[in-house]
Formats: sequence, C-alpha cells, structure tokens
Amino acid sequence: MGRNGVGKTSLLRCVAGLIEPESGEITWQGAEVRLVRDTFHRHLAYLGHINALKPDLTALENLHFSVQLRRQVERAEMMEMLGSLQVAHCADLPARSLSAGQKRRVAIARVVLSGASLWILDEPITNLDTRGIESIEACMAAHLQVGGSILTAAHQSLLAQHPQVRTLELQ
Amino acid sequence: MVEVPRERGLLQIVGLILARELRLAVRHWDQIAQPLIFFVVVTTLFPLAISPSLSELRNIAPGVVWVAAMLASLLSLESLFRPDVEDGVIEQWALSGQPLPLLLLSKTVTHWLFAGLPLVIMAPVVGTALGLPMSVWPVLAGSLALGTGCLSLLGGIGAALTVAVRRGSVLLALLVLPLEMPVLIFGARAVDLAMHGEAVAGPLNLLAAVLLLCLALAPFAMSAAMRISIE
Repeated sequence: MGRNGVGKTSLLRCVAGLIEPESGEITWQGAEVRLVRDTFHRHLAYLGHINALKPDLTALENLHFSVQLRRQVERAEMMEMLGSLQVAHCADLPARSLSAGQKRRVAIARVVLSGASLWILDEPITNLDTRGIESIEACMAAHLQVGGSILTAAHQSLLAQHPQVRTLELQ
Repeated sequence: MVEVPRERGLLQIVGLILARELRLAVRHWDQIAQPLIFFVVVTTLFPLAISPSLSELRNIAPGVVWVAAMLASLLSLESLFRPDVEDGVIEQWALSGQPLPLLLLSKTVTHWLFAGLPLVIMAPVVGTALGLPMSVWPVLAGSLALGTGCLSLLGGIGAALTVAVRRGSVLLALLVLPLEMPVLIFGARAVDLAMHGEAVAGPLNLLAAVLLLCLALAPFAMSAAMRISIE
C-alpha cells in the first residue's frame, strides 16, 4: 500500500522482471530471477494497469490466446471461470464493447486460469463494484488456500481478515 | 530451483500466434490492404509522371517496383508491434515464460504473409504495366519473396526499438531504410539482369543469404529491443 506515485507499480514491475533493479537482487526459490527468467515467468502471472485484452477479439478468444501460451485450456473451463467472475454473458462479445469493470474481470480470469503459483496484481480491483471485489477476493483466498502466493498493490486492503496477508506500506 | 515443465511445445506456440494474427487480420482487413494499395498507386504514378512509353518505363521498372515494395513494407511496419504493445499483450508475452524471440518471429512471419506476400503476388501485374517482359516474372516474384522477407525482419528490429517512441514512424524509417539498402540493391539488380537475359543467381543467392542471416539473428535483436521498449 502507499500513496499515488510512491512506486508501487515500479516495485511490482521490478519483481516481475519488466524493469532491471538499480540495486539489490530479486530471487525466486533461491535463484536470482534474471538468471532463471523463463522458469520464473512460468510460475508468474502478472496483471498490470492495462488489461492486455485485444479490443477486436472476444473475451473468450482473448482468454484462449493468452492462456494457451502457457497451458492447454478448454472452453468449458474458461466459461466456468468467466461465470464465477459474473461475466459469462460477455464471453462472445468483442472486448471493445465490454465495460471497464467487465474487462478487468476478464483480465483477472486470465491470471487465475494461467495456473501460475505467484500472482502479481497491480490494483486488481480498479473499476470493480462490490460484488466484483468479493469475487476477486474469493479467487485470491482460494489461490492462497492451495499454497499460491500473491503480491498486490492496492489502495484499499484486500483479504483484510486473512491470516496470511502481510501489508507493506511504502513511504 | 524447481523446473516447471514447458507444457506447450514450440510448434504449438507458433501455431497459436499464427491463428491469433490470422483472426485479427480478418477483422482488420483494411489495414492489410493498405500497403498493397500504396504499392499499386505508387507504381501507377510513374507512367503519369515520366512517360507512358513502355520502352522508357522498362528501364526504370525494376527500381520502381522495388522502391515501391520497400516503402509499402515500411508503411506496414508501424502496425507490426505497436497495437500489441499499447494493449499490453507483448508485455504478457514477455512474462509468459515462452521464448520471446520465437513469439516475435512468429508475429513477423505472419506480418509478412499479410503485408509482404500480397506484394509478391501483385508485383508481376504491376511490372507488366511498367513494360517488364513476362519472362522476368519469376525473378521479380522470387527476388521480392526473398527481399520482402528480409525487409519484414529488419523492419521488425526497428519497429521493436521505436515502438515506445511517440510518433516513431520517422525514426523508424531513418533507422530501417539504410539497413535495407543492400536488399534493395540486390533485388533490383536481379530483376535488371533478368531483363537483359543475364545470369541472376548471384544477387538472388545474396538475397537468400541475407534472409537466412536475418532469420537467424533478427528474432534475438527484436526480443532485446522489445524488452527495452516495454520497460
């Protein structure tokens, strides 16, 4: 957590390997990330400010082309995930016609479907309504439950009651 | 460190990118048609500006067709990576754990299929309009097939470097055109030689060599440039 411009996004991008750190090192399971980049990235799902959806592809096609890069995924599995994020009815609509909140949900579906063990989420609940935030929190809790890790930047605390959550306030 | 098995084969990845690009191209056919229309219009301007006499046009035809193809290829480069970088898709590719050089190469090859191949197919028609004899068709199409491949790959490096620069198209042209000059020289020379009934193996072999060199090295240059651009 931290105020605007304090460097939350830069920190997350640095951890994800999108920016080289000026000093210090980032390690994953004991190995320096820049030396095992591809292996680290196969463990990682990143959600930035941009949803990474092609406006001309449907929600389902967007999911298909991004998740298939990592693993085999069936239509039913994608539909189920969209359903759990309340956007199943948007599956066959082009991403350009979705609202900001619906696009965010599709982007989150991509992260969940990726099968990665570490999620890096930059302001995941931007544009989401209360129900959307609840769904995301449920996904996050389920991910923690199965031993996954989540690194997230947020303005409001997520999973506040969860025992495993640690909050770092950037100054 | 636990090694995660690569679930997707490299060929599956290439197929996936090709399928994605194909689908996007079908929905954006106007962008695909743009370089081809530019190519046809530019080559049509020469008879109007110089002379409608075929004997005069024939002498400059190889150069005209080649320069027009080069500029048409340059025109299409702007849309090679920029939309995907702006949408955040390339960032996801860079974080996918899959080899970024392969992903960018697949994208460039698809780009060539939509931007380069139509020029190769159209070139004999355009060449004939400029007075090139039918016997030159195979060399014209062959040299353009090899040459536009080189142009797409060299252009891809420039496009990856300038993708983060606002209004980077001028910079892209300044970067890429000098690199592409050998391709233009060999290509136009091959057509010229063919027109005069001489052996064309020399420049065509050189073009093929440049293409192989670009195929081997350009993906890594594109990937390195892209990682800098999306920082």
